[in-house]
Amino acid sequence: MFGKLSLEAIPLHDPIIVVVGLGMVVGAIALLGALTYFRKWGWLWNEWFTSVDHKKLGIMYFAVALVMLLRGFADAIMMRSQQALAAGGSMGFLPPDHYDQIFTAHGVIMIFFVAMPMVIGLINLVVPLQIGARDVAFPFLNNLSFWLFAVSALLINISLVLGEFAKTGWLAYAPLSGIEYSPGVGVDYWIWALQISGIGTTLTGINFFVTILKMRTKGMTMFRMPIFTWTALCANVLIIASFPILTATIALLTLDRYFGMNFFTNELGGNVMMYVNLIWAWGHPEVYILILPAFGVFSEVIATFARKRLFGYHTMVWATVAITVLSFIVWLHHFFTMGAGANVNAFFGIMTMIIAIPTGVKVFNWIFTIFRGRLELTSPVLWTLGFIITFTLGGMTGVMLALPAANFVLHNSLFVIAHFHNVIIGGVVFGMLAGLTYWFPKAFGFTLSEKWGKRSFWFWITGFYTAFMPLYVLSFYGAARRMQSYPNAEWQPWMIVAWVGSVLIAIGIACTLIQFYVSIRDRHKNQDVTGDPWDARTLEWSTSSPPPFYNFAHEPVVGDIDSFWTQKQRGIEQAEEKDYKDIHMPKNTWAGPIISVFAMIFGFAMIWHIWWLAIVGAVGTLVSFIARVFNDDIDYYVPAAEVERIEQAHLKRLEAHS
Amino acid sequence: MQQPSQWRRRGTFFVLLALCLLLAGCSSALMDPKGDIGEAQRSLILSSFGLMMIVVIPVIVLTVAFGWHYRRNNTVAQYLPDWAHSNVIEAIVWLVPVVIVAILAVITWRSSHELDPHRPLESDEPTLEIQAISLDWKWLFIYPEQGIATVNEVAMPVNRPVRFRVSSGSVMNSLFIPRLGTQIYAMAGMDNDVHLVGNEIGTYWGRSTNYSGAGFAGMVFDALVTSDEDFDTWVEQVRAEGEPLSYPEGYSELAERSSFVDVRYFSDVTPEFYERLVSSFHTGTDPETETQDADRAPAVDTNEAYQSTDNQEGERSDDDQLISNEAGG
Repeated sequence: MFGKLSLEAIPLHDPIIVVVGLGMVVGAIALLGALTYFRKWGWLWNEWFTSVDHKKLGIMYFAVALVMLLRGFADAIMMRSQQALAAGGSMGFLPPDHYDQIFTAHGVIMIFFVAMPMVIGLINLVVPLQIGARDVAFPFLNNLSFWLFAVSALLINISLVLGEFAKTGWLAYAPLSGIEYSPGVGVDYWIWALQISGIGTTLTGINFFVTILKMRTKGMTMFRMPIFTWTALCANVLIIASFPILTATIALLTLDRYFGMNFFTNELGGNVMMYVNLIWAWGHPEVYILILPAFGVFSEVIATFARKRLFGYHTMVWATVAITVLSFIVWLHHFFTMGAGANVNAFFGIMTMIIAIPTGVKVFNWIFTIFRGRLELTSPVLWTLGFIITFTLGGMTGVMLALPAANFVLHNSLFVIAHFHNVIIGGVVFGMLAGLTYWFPKAFGFTLSEKWGKRSFWFWITGFYTAFMPLYVLSFYGAARRMQSYPNAEWQPWMIVAWVGSVLIAIGIACTLIQFYVSIRDRHKNQDVTGDPWDARTLEWSTSSPPPFYNFAHEPVVGDIDSFWTQKQRGIEQAEEKDYKDIHMPKNTWAGPIISVFAMIFGFAMIWHIWWLAIVGAVGTLVSFIARVFNDDIDYYVPAAEVERIEQAHLKRLEAHS
Repeated sequence: MQQPSQWRRRGTFFVLLALCLLLAGCSSALMDPKGDIGEAQRSLILSSFGLMMIVVIPVIVLTVAFGWHYRRNNTVAQYLPDWAHSNVIEAIVWLVPVVIVAILAVITWRSSHELDPHRPLESDEPTLEIQAISLDWKWLFIYPEQGIATVNEVAMPVNRPVRFRVSSGSVMNSLFIPRLGTQIYAMAGMDNDVHLVGNEIGTYWGRSTNYSGAGFAGMVFDALVTSDEDFDTWVEQVRAEGEPLSYPEGYSELAERSSFVDVRYFSDVTPEFYERLVSSFHTGTDPETETQDADRAPAVDTNEAYQSTDNQEGERSDDDQLISNEAGG
């Protein structure tokens, strides 16, 4: 009846999980109770869950990502605590069974359920506004993408209290992830969570690719697009090209595990290195999906706060495009130690180094944007300056890893850990926090507290260096990654320093949470009435904050790069057209959440081998999808009078303000 | 507006941190290697590091200097809001990284060939072959010439080139002795190899660096680099203290899961133990019904090409082809 699922699946033997699990259950009940008590269900369903508004979806992506950040960071601090304790024969407080799940969950959560939704959330919020569009090309798909991601995040969290998570490392290398070596449900949670959210990501990629190519406003040629939109375009090209590889690879692993096929087993013609090749053929472009939009954020932030045009716009675009192409021919640098021949290793090493050229050029372009500017040292700028320095160091260690002969002693060591946190924290996290601060007023109509933003920055950056520089040192002593314990007692002081760093980062995260609290409390004082709190350059700042649901009453017209800035400089008001027209908009839809819930039921049933429930989930997914396909009532017109009313209200507020 | 003291504090912090790191690094395994391979890798790491400082230092200095000089309230600084292009600067920022990467590319090409793990070391002394097999969760080392085997301890005479043939009886691992240099993956059914040498007598530890499951933390072993006489004594000791190790019976018993395993000695090993284990993964039989390894040709030695001909690359790729064909069968 319930497949492999029984009461024994609840890990009562592990006090840490019991406490965390109880906390989660109590928290969930409290949240659901509060929603019921305050009668917010209808509001939540109508205004948010079923919304196809790209701005609201962007906010929801970010909200889920922030919650998952706390979960992923809890894993991080447990890992650092374990390694600070488990030296010289001590086993610390986490047995291998638990520790191995934690480092796997940390990697999976931070990449798929924190970094990706932050990037996609920001793209959702910003890109349609930057190109002067009223929504994305496929609004329903956008809602579906979000929900497929959200139910996958839920699946990952269910694995904490029901069964186990994978003990394989975040990429679940075969044959360790095969049924022979990982018979439990952990790898199945990994499979279905990534498969479902991965399909959502692919849909997002297609959606924004079409949106950016087809829905730009009048006059916005490709080479007048803001840099953030350019980086978003490249990231979505990478998604479209790489995520199908992930889907196929996981599907093959699924066939291995469920039907005894032998794609990636040791025996019967299976090829484990094929798995490693395929997963990195997706995995390497993936890191550029994350970092390119972060580059875009820094470009917008630095030009805005330096009050100066971005230096070398065309160079920036071509560098981005070059990185996009090159990111597909470097994957083998993740496993030089496989033993490929010297020619193969040298090729992939050199290709990897070539990526450093356009990246280096970008760094210099940001620096020369500051040159002869008037830089306001706001918190987004601090994140940017911190990024330039930190990311450059991370890039340097990346090039060292790309030297095959040096990689032979650095691979699989803490050097790799330090390197990719160097670029992911210094690049993606700093970029997303900069983007969050920068575009928050656009989303909510008030600015975030600068004081707490700067505090967060200083704790993050000192925390980062304190936590990860010791790992570089330890790697020179031969410290491997993923060690639950180590015999070398002399490493312990460095591990303790690293632990202190993780505590500093925890304070940095706390500062961000306090920043939210303080800013919401003082929202009337920090209100952004004009819609342009930073005196910025791109189109999203030309509409109100938050923008009306249709974004622009009149389609904006663009004459050059930074068109909005030019207009402000020349003192040309957007011609005040009084004749408002009806606006064509998509309707909210129940289909996204419903289809996704059925997909989650299917995934959950597959994980636990509850076959009848899997059929229910699969049929439900299909039927609700077909029902949506045959629904023609998906759009409506906002009457011109309604548009006029909303616009006049905004103009009145503007007049009252000035 | 940011206070200047905060920038200064941050600078001091980084300088102190860098000093600590430098001091700490000098005695480390990678910075104080005990073999030629490790020595070459040390200078490679240092020279690439130095080369990249040509870009990294200006970036850090310019970021801080410009960030400070062009701050909002420094109205003395030049302000050109529409200045966004300069052919000279663009040329420099493309050219400098291109030149550095070009130099690095040459270094990469040369070092990838010189330090190719499969390349035999030049030496007057004959190469010693040691076969390393990763199991759940311990290392089995077989000395085919001596006919002995050990678990979690490996010995080699000083200055004598060693060829480790590396494979796995289970999931993927990686054989790494930090003070000697290069690591290489151990994969079931595949006959990988790495050439190493110890140039200083001593005991250095090694481990698997590729996570392989619950007992991974305990996959640590000692690598003894000894004098020739001490090596012979050690071999005799293994022969005297050890018990025989047969294939497949003894192997099956040894391959059972165990972690943090103590050193074990085996006095007598079934001939072609390693080859038979590697090829046992190439059979088309279902492991659930088949317990014996099938009778088949020994695993192909990918390295013979190096010893027999100068045209190494061509020969090697042919042999690789053979291996993958077999794995496919």
